[in-house]
Amino acid sequence: MTLARRIIPCLDVDAGRVVKGIEFEGLRDMGDPAELGARYNREGADELVVLDISASVEGRATFLETIQRVAERLNIPLTAGGGIRKLEDGRAVLLAGAEKVTVNTAAVERPELISELSQQFGAQAVVLSLDVKRKGDTWEAYTRGGRDATGLDAAKWAAEAVSRGAGEILLTSIDRDGTCSGFDCELTAKIAATVPVPVIASGGASTFEDFLAVFTEGRADAALAASIFHQETRSIAAMKKFLAEHGVPIRMSR
Amino acid sequence: MKIAIVDYGAGNLPSVERALRGLGAETERATEPRQLAAAKAIVLPGVGHFAAFVAGLRERGLTEPLRAAIHAGVPVLGICLGLQAMFASSEEARGDMGLGFFPEEVRALPTNVKSPHIGWNQVRRMRTSTLLRGIPDDAYFYFAHSYAAPATAEPTVAACDHGFPFAAVIERGNLRGVQFHPEKSGETGAQVLRNFVESVR
Repeated sequence: MTLARRIIPCLDVDAGRVVKGIEFEGLRDMGDPAELGARYNREGADELVVLDISASVEGRATFLETIQRVAERLNIPLTAGGGIRKLEDGRAVLLAGAEKVTVNTAAVERPELISELSQQFGAQAVVLSLDVKRKGDTWEAYTRGGRDATGLDAAKWAAEAVSRGAGEILLTSIDRDGTCSGFDCELTAKIAATVPVPVIASGGASTFEDFLAVFTEGRADAALAASIFHQETRSIAAMKKFLAEHGVPIRMSR
Repeated sequence: MKIAIVDYGAGNLPSVERALRGLGAETERATEPRQLAAAKAIVLPGVGHFAAFVAGLRERGLTEPLRAAIHAGVPVLGICLGLQAMFASSEEARGDMGLGFFPEEVRALPTNVKSPHIGWNQVRRMRTSTLLRGIPDDAYFYFAHSYAAPATAEPTVAACDHGFPFAAVIERGNLRGVQFHPEKSGETGAQVLRNFVESVR
């Protein structure tokens, strides 16, 4: 009897469409979030994350509707976030059908947001999204989609967020994101050893071996990736089989 | 037959409704005492805080009708906090009384394991279970909780280990409960709900 390591596809959503950032090109349309979500559900994803990356107000307005449309197609947990500023934003996301809500920028500006969400909905519903860049021997937390340095030490901020009631950490290495050079296992292991809640590793995934490394060396509880799944070059089922064969506790779908 | 889903103001009901309707069951949200008094089967979902749950039921005048329905033999399925509420009390809200059908206190997961216990885990069968009928022994269920009832509680039919052995599935007479979220546990979870729906038809 073992708690399985989780494989979590992530959908970056702009104005109701899944998008992928391409260098020099901007955003490429990757499809409909509900269709992609349903496909991942079928292929054995353990959970789904949907993040609103809309730059425009109009884009944001459609996000709750997107959550609802995606949730209707799933029988696995859904996490949603991006641009959550206050308690009511979090409530709206959960009522739209997500089980968990992620917070980042607004929580750095006003850490009480985490306490408020956690008291209202429980720690299991609150995920701290922690975007970090390496700074010498430590890591610094960033906000606004990786644009603004906060001056906060990532491990210390993670610990504070947990003491305020965050039930999970979604940890993204900005250095690795989009590089296909593998997860930052050193970072993941450091944060996993610091906080008493599950850690979801993100940023840099490209191969099955990257996932194996982040679950072993990186001590991650879950691993998240976007584009490698969207392109159908890597199926979730094949990855899970690989991980199970290498001794990682994995849920194989029936 | 309609299944009454208890709406005490905090639970995420759409996913439970969708899952039950997907199995062909009719559902209604019970927000008033008379709905529980007329119910032929009840689902008690739950997320959030034990205190909010107890207060939500009380403020809507649902506590006594729920107790009465259970005493009258109406089949009830508690999910997550809905299972915990069947016990006498919880460390999460000292001083608040649960429904008290079982005498144990729901306990916090210890600090030597990650808490909340979030993710897919397996369960250990202790007795024959109607809810787990047709489900392989090594199946996974989705858990998301920081508190749990001890597996030593008399109605436990399947246990899970996370810090201590806790009740993952309970069954006694018309009372049933699962600590995991069947509505979020893929096909395996759907089978648990199907077993409940079929048992009340």
